[in-house]
Amino acid sequence: MELDTALNYESLREGQQLEPLTKPPVTKVQLVKYAGASGDFNPLHTDDEFAQKVGMDGVIAHGMLVMGFLGQYIMEIAGNSAELTRFRMRFGAVTKPGDRITCSATVEKVFEENNERYVELELKAEKSPGEVVGSGMAVLRFH
Amino acid sequence: MDLDKSIIGLSGKTFIFEVEKRHLRKFAEAIGDANPLYFDEEYASNTPYGGLVAPPTFPMAVGANGGDLPLELDTRRMLHGEQEFIYYYPIRPGDRLECQMKVADLYEREGKSGSMQFLVLDTEMKNEEGKTAAISRTNIIYRKLTT
Repeated sequence: MELDTALNYESLREGQQLEPLTKPPVTKVQLVKYAGASGDFNPLHTDDEFAQKVGMDGVIAHGMLVMGFLGQYIMEIAGNSAELTRFRMRFGAVTKPGDRITCSATVEKVFEENNERYVELELKAEKSPGEVVGSGMAVLRFH
Repeated sequence: MDLDKSIIGLSGKTFIFEVEKRHLRKFAEAIGDANPLYFDEEYASNTPYGGLVAPPTFPMAVGANGGDLPLELDTRRMLHGEQEFIYYYPIRPGDRLECQMKVADLYEREGKSGSMQFLVLDTEMKNEEGKTAAISRTNIIYRKLTT
């Protein structure tokens, strides 16, 4: 795993920024693999000619691949100390082959409910600072 | 033509989705997610999960597998605006999930280019004990075509 930041509930503070994760550049091969693994065969993600016909320079990444990056990030952050209970993402700018996506998180809320401890994180996936390809949230329940 | 509120509650046929270990591995590999929780049984059995689980966005692969709604949608007008997963129980290799898609909501919002419709589709996945393991919620922007 790329991060070693298993969260500790007691030390989390609202507004705290967590260590980000930068993924290797997206490749066309990765888009083909993701199409196969997810079952989303929209040619917009794998066929440059098709993508050009609909007005793009070439293929663009599946939005869900970017959500997959954020999923990887949250699970690495959560480690063995928390469980993911809710995960949401809104899609922003498109991701293209060659883009390097950085996932980051800010602690939005630390709270207890029914005697269980939760943390809500605000998530962001950017291809360059300020160029957001996905924003969202995750709720973790601590053991 | 715009969608009508009467479609709220429409549901597709239930279908079975079998979760295969190899599929989980391919899915994690495609993302470039090397977390051993998804493919290393020995590692996973020593975590609080007690065994292999699916990556958080894996339920997306379930939706692609079936769940046709009795509804005519124009795919050219559909834009995947938002995606949400709500998790109750881990999804594991070997699970036979009973899945069903339904129209959870339809609402309108004023956007820059006039009024837009939003369609919320929920796919519920039940495990063999009949408990809801996860809900995958897809929010689709149903745009007006300019042509």
